[in-house]
Amino acid sequence: MADLSLSHPKGFFDYLEDAIPKLVLAPTFLAALVFIYGFILWTAWISMTQSALLPNYRISAGYRITTKALTKMKNEGVSENVLTKLRILEKHERTDKKSKFLRDVKKQIGAEQLRIYQDVILTHSYSHDLFIATCIALGLILAIFLDQRIRAEGALRTIYLYPMALSFIVTGAAWKWILNPDLGLERLVRNLGFAEFNFDWLVNSDMAIYTVVIAAVWQSTGFVMALFLAGLRGIDEAIIKAAQVDGASLPRIYLRIIIPSLRPAFLSTVIILSHIAIKSFDLVMVLTRGGPGYSSDLPATFMYAFAFNRGRLGFGASSAMMMFFAVMAIIIPYLYSELRKTRYA
Amino acid sequence: MGSKLIKRMLVVMAVIFMVSTYAFGGEVEVLHWWTSGGEAKSVGVLKKQLENEGHTWKDFAVAGGGGDAAMTVLKSRAVAGNPPTAAQVKGPQIQLWGDEGVLANLDDVAKAENWDQLLPKVVADVMKYEGSYVAVPVNVHRINWMWANPEVFRKAGAQIPTTWEQFEEAAKKIQKAGFIPVAWGGQPWQEATVFEMIVAAVGGSDFYRSALVDTDSKALNSATMVKSLEILKMIKSYTDKGAPGRDWNLATAMVIQGKAAMQFMGDWAKGEFTAAGKSPGADYIAMPAPGSSGQFLFNVDSFIMFKQKDPEAIKAQNAMARLILQPEFQEVFNVNKGSIPVRLGMPRAPFDDPALRSMNAFVASASSGGLVPSMAHEMAVFPATRGAIMDVVTDFYNSDMSAKDAAAKLAREVEAVR
Repeated sequence: MADLSLSHPKGFFDYLEDAIPKLVLAPTFLAALVFIYGFILWTAWISMTQSALLPNYRISAGYRITTKALTKMKNEGVSENVLTKLRILEKHERTDKKSKFLRDVKKQIGAEQLRIYQDVILTHSYSHDLFIATCIALGLILAIFLDQRIRAEGALRTIYLYPMALSFIVTGAAWKWILNPDLGLERLVRNLGFAEFNFDWLVNSDMAIYTVVIAAVWQSTGFVMALFLAGLRGIDEAIIKAAQVDGASLPRIYLRIIIPSLRPAFLSTVIILSHIAIKSFDLVMVLTRGGPGYSSDLPATFMYAFAFNRGRLGFGASSAMMMFFAVMAIIIPYLYSELRKTRYA
Repeated sequence: MGSKLIKRMLVVMAVIFMVSTYAFGGEVEVLHWWTSGGEAKSVGVLKKQLENEGHTWKDFAVAGGGGDAAMTVLKSRAVAGNPPTAAQVKGPQIQLWGDEGVLANLDDVAKAENWDQLLPKVVADVMKYEGSYVAVPVNVHRINWMWANPEVFRKAGAQIPTTWEQFEEAAKKIQKAGFIPVAWGGQPWQEATVFEMIVAAVGGSDFYRSALVDTDSKALNSATMVKSLEILKMIKSYTDKGAPGRDWNLATAMVIQGKAAMQFMGDWAKGEFTAAGKSPGADYIAMPAPGSSGQFLFNVDSFIMFKQKDPEAIKAQNAMARLILQPEFQEVFNVNKGSIPVRLGMPRAPFDDPALRSMNAFVASASSGGLVPSMAHEMAVFPATRGAIMDVVTDFYNSDMSAKDAAAKLAREVEAVR
């Protein structure tokens, strides 16, 4: 091998050459640090304040002066001067989620409003799991089939991957028309002669959330398939040949050798899909707008509505932090378990 | 010498161009979402009037009906310390903006132009923050209208209803004749619009005020509220399956085309009929929603004015506020948009029959106490409260919750966001 050591002592330009990769990445790194992590901290700050329409950086006081309390004070002879000051203080301390917990008088009623949010995140979390599980299952099956060295592999791969090129807005609009009972699939099958065919999931309060899952799965399965296909192609043929020599059946080979060696691909897939699932906002807005009633509301749409439409920035920020913690609760243990073990090539 | 001189000349020209865009006379930057045909034309009128007085108009239109996108943009501008001169904000949101301390005081213009005399007190109160004018109203929409296709009624042998009992009879006949009785748009704001029409009809103006304006828990969890919710649910059986998610103008189209018999919607629906070439009385009938003929649920669009530092800009801002409430703009804007002038005592000639009836009702209800702000259109309560009410109403409408449970839930949810 050629001797790459320099024939002269290291000068300024050599240090510069070594540092070029770091310099090139530095702006991006700085931007990510400030705009992603810095603003996560900003949101955490806002979630503890009483921000209503615009950000207000005072951390909330933790109690509230209600009109009932004011009337009681007035009846007990508290001066009008003091009452006015209290009313002004009250106006500047709009409630947010944190202070509701601390109020013992209205704890019951405060919890009620929180319960809507909990209903949304708890009852619709299964839709996220369903989306991720379905995408992985379908993507893996498609990748395994495509890996069989079939003839039109390139064309098929493109066809399956194509939906990923669409934005969620386009996907939402197209599926909204397809799933519309009067215009889309139901009408088509009825016109074909099946007069009692029903597929009104889109307008059904109970089933609307599953239409969101259908549209999202259609969009993301191709991407998952591509990831798994790349993983499959990276598996060493020698191990499989050895297993076949030992007499293992094909399903056994797949279950015991191939799928476990796809673990890095599983990790990437779960992380990417769960981030798509948690942040899915545009798809829901276009497909169902929150669904009949609010049956297909997701945490992101809830957060947007409260932070921007309903003038409760502090409350919206709290719900955003809840989403953040929910994602962290999944990702951190998974990351830890995957990256801790030493990997054998 | 040649190239150096040319370079210097280019620099000088560039500097001149930069400086020459500085406008003399104030500049008004106006944020609004009036981007569709008639609305944009009306905004153009105000722009021309301002320019005739020597000011410049910088348009800041953000499309998206209802103004969600515009409000978000406005908030980011306000946080950045650079709000526009005027923004299209209405109802109690004006109070929220006033709390942030960024609004300009329009009392000079108000006194000079005698606004207290020209506006009904209910409307003027919405425009004031702590006693001073901070916003200028542009128009008045009436919410509680019913738009009916007389042909469909005739074919079904039904009468156009004036009470909710008559509605049920007529709807049954229309359904039997094979038409859709009610053209419905299944969006929360539309459901809330019809809900408040029913509350006003069933409970009367005083009940409406205590339930949907003062949000008194006893009024929200009362037998009258349960009855209103039951009527709302009753309407659902007379709508079609494709209703969820439908836009309001598509529902109006159903009435225009004769597929449906009636729609409960505000007076902006008139624009759809006019655009389709239909004439009032002959092709469509506009009536107050059943039971609410004495009530006027109003929605007043307004511009709030932000504090400005530049004296020229302040002059331009005051000019804009003054021009908006003057008869010329009031007439042109409202004829084009389909609403009625908010200024009392306007000449009646340019307005068509439904608008004239609306203007009469506006004046009559102002004195009788039937002039009430619309909750569904952000005139009566703060956004969070309105959101809570709409959540319960839309959930009730789209699920099999009982009316009693819904009324109790209404009271609870409103308390929770108070």
